[in-house]
Amino acid sequence: MQNETREKLLQVKNLEVTFGSKRKPFVAVKGVSFDIYKGETFGLVGESGSGKTTIGRAIIRINPTSAGEIIFKGEKINGKISHELDKRVTQQIQMIFQDPMASLNERAKVDYIVSEGLMNVQKHLTKEEREAKVSKALSDVGLLPEFASRFPHEFSGGQRQRIGIARSLIMEPEFIIADEPISALDVSIRAQVLNLLSSLQKERGLTYLFIAHDLSVMRFITDRIAVIHKGVIVELAETEKLFAHPLHPYTRALLSAIPMPDPISEKQKVLEVYDPTCHDYSVDKPQWSEIEEGHFIMANEKELAEYRDRLKN
Amino acid sequence: MEQEVILSVKDLNVKFSLRGQVLHAIRGISLDIYKGESLAIVGESGSGKSVFTKNFIGLLDKNGWVDSGEIWYNGMDLAKFKTEKEWTKIRGKEVAMVMQDPMTSLNPLKTIGWQIEEALKLHQGLMGEAAKQRAIEIIDDVGIPEPERRYKQYPHEFSGGMRQRVVIAIAMACNPKILICDEPTTALDVTIQAQILNLIRELQKKYQLTSIYITHDLGVVANVADRIAVMYAGDIVEIGTCNEVFYAPQHPYTWALLSSLPQLGIKGEDLYSIKGTPPNLFNKVRGDAFAPRNPHALKIDFLHRPPYFEVSPTHKARTWLLDPRSPKVEPPEHIKNIRNIRANMDQKEGGAQ
Repeated sequence: MQNETREKLLQVKNLEVTFGSKRKPFVAVKGVSFDIYKGETFGLVGESGSGKTTIGRAIIRINPTSAGEIIFKGEKINGKISHELDKRVTQQIQMIFQDPMASLNERAKVDYIVSEGLMNVQKHLTKEEREAKVSKALSDVGLLPEFASRFPHEFSGGQRQRIGIARSLIMEPEFIIADEPISALDVSIRAQVLNLLSSLQKERGLTYLFIAHDLSVMRFITDRIAVIHKGVIVELAETEKLFAHPLHPYTRALLSAIPMPDPISEKQKVLEVYDPTCHDYSVDKPQWSEIEEGHFIMANEKELAEYRDRLKN
Repeated sequence: MEQEVILSVKDLNVKFSLRGQVLHAIRGISLDIYKGESLAIVGESGSGKSVFTKNFIGLLDKNGWVDSGEIWYNGMDLAKFKTEKEWTKIRGKEVAMVMQDPMTSLNPLKTIGWQIEEALKLHQGLMGEAAKQRAIEIIDDVGIPEPERRYKQYPHEFSGGMRQRVVIAIAMACNPKILICDEPTTALDVTIQAQILNLIRELQKKYQLTSIYITHDLGVVANVADRIAVMYAGDIVEIGTCNEVFYAPQHPYTWALLSSLPQLGIKGEDLYSIKGTPPNLFNKVRGDAFAPRNPHALKIDFLHRPPYFEVSPTHKARTWLLDPRSPKVEPPEHIKNIRNIRANMDQKEGGAQ
């Protein structure tokens, strides 16, 4: 209900991404559709190789798409677009990468790393203005402005990830794709980075696409979650709904694998394992259907009936 | 119940020399490891958890040395070992290690079979067909399907989880008594992580292994550990059985580690995060190393290093808060009801299936 009135910032429609040559194509993402509303945190969960990063990279125009549409603020941004729109998209959509040890240029100073994007988009800036922006961005993420003259190797993992966040913030984006921003970090640093991301969201009304494989983190930070398996989104729902009523067997397997800090129940836990052969799609083809308000699932008619039964109880 | 001690560490001090300075990485740890148990060592990066266990297989970096202390295993003091020849008797055969990243700990140019056989040849003198048969048995043992076909494949033909199984297979090849797993699942997906932990647990039961897990994530070890040692700045600050550490943690650092788990976070509120950074071990640490970051720190924490206070025969913690003279400090509210966290969570949502 409430979703109807909210502005859709990003729409992905039947997205397909293909790698490899024409003769031997590999479809990494097929038929993926979802909307991201302004100001929300949308989570994309899946195993490695499921295509979650590919979707993120397709949105930010790193991976070319082979079919479907990506619509950002009412404009199509995949495929061939005008130079002027490309520039706007570059500024408004930013990405935070997974491994802070690998994603910063080791030979550049923090000042350059953070302001590189600005140099391309706002060419008219004077040196002073640029430096002011860099120190503002650094202090926004809780780093000292003096750090601008240092090299990445002088920082710890958590600080490096903050530099990664600063360099995306300096572009004043509306939409940030965070690709496993905390999986390479220690537990205590994780908490700091998560807190930073959510306070930035509150201050600036940012919209996040949060990509991760760890559902326990997702539950804490996201509003809605899409579960992706082998390039296909199998279930999409509001976070709490998904945790309360996981329907698709793959979602259930993922949920059962979350480690909990409770030894007694953890030692009795039975792991659910997802076996893709449990679906019989030979005759009855699966479809992307809305099973209840805002809860989508990939299933065929027979499964839908079962899932509806389960929801009633 | 009297348990047999398999490895005993007595007041171990390890130092490193770095750029002319001396870093005191392990500051006087004493620890008994019992036969057949699984011990988890938990701490932030830089707390010395890896360095501590590397002493058991002689893999300390060249610039590090055991300054004082003893490591007793099978009547031998491992801390006195100097030459590679001495270490080969222990390494692999008695104590084996599974490293963190399965992508980098295998040789990409050799087949999986060759890499497992290498260990068999070196330690058990198996050759030719016998070695091959044994290698295939081991591959089967760690739950890799089609062992005969897999035997001939190269590491790049395996997924991350399967590679970690291969690494475990190599570690298990010589029937070690102690298996050290250094962050065995951090590089893996959640579902695969659960499978690998299950595998290690099964192997442990089957071969009466003693296993040591090293991890920074307390959430992971609830499932696998019998005992948990929490390390901070080169020292064990709290040790107890799994239930004791999770349900009745005593040290403020353990509280902080538990509180920062996203599983316990409340949506919309900030997650607890530990302020500041761990102490610089180049300098001499005075008092309790955690005191500067500890919101409950007492004056004495900055002056004198706390001794171990015994909570129960199996549970002790290094904090002045346990001294009868200190004020009573309650652990944070939300970590008190860790028990049944999953059940409580489901109730809040109106009952999940």
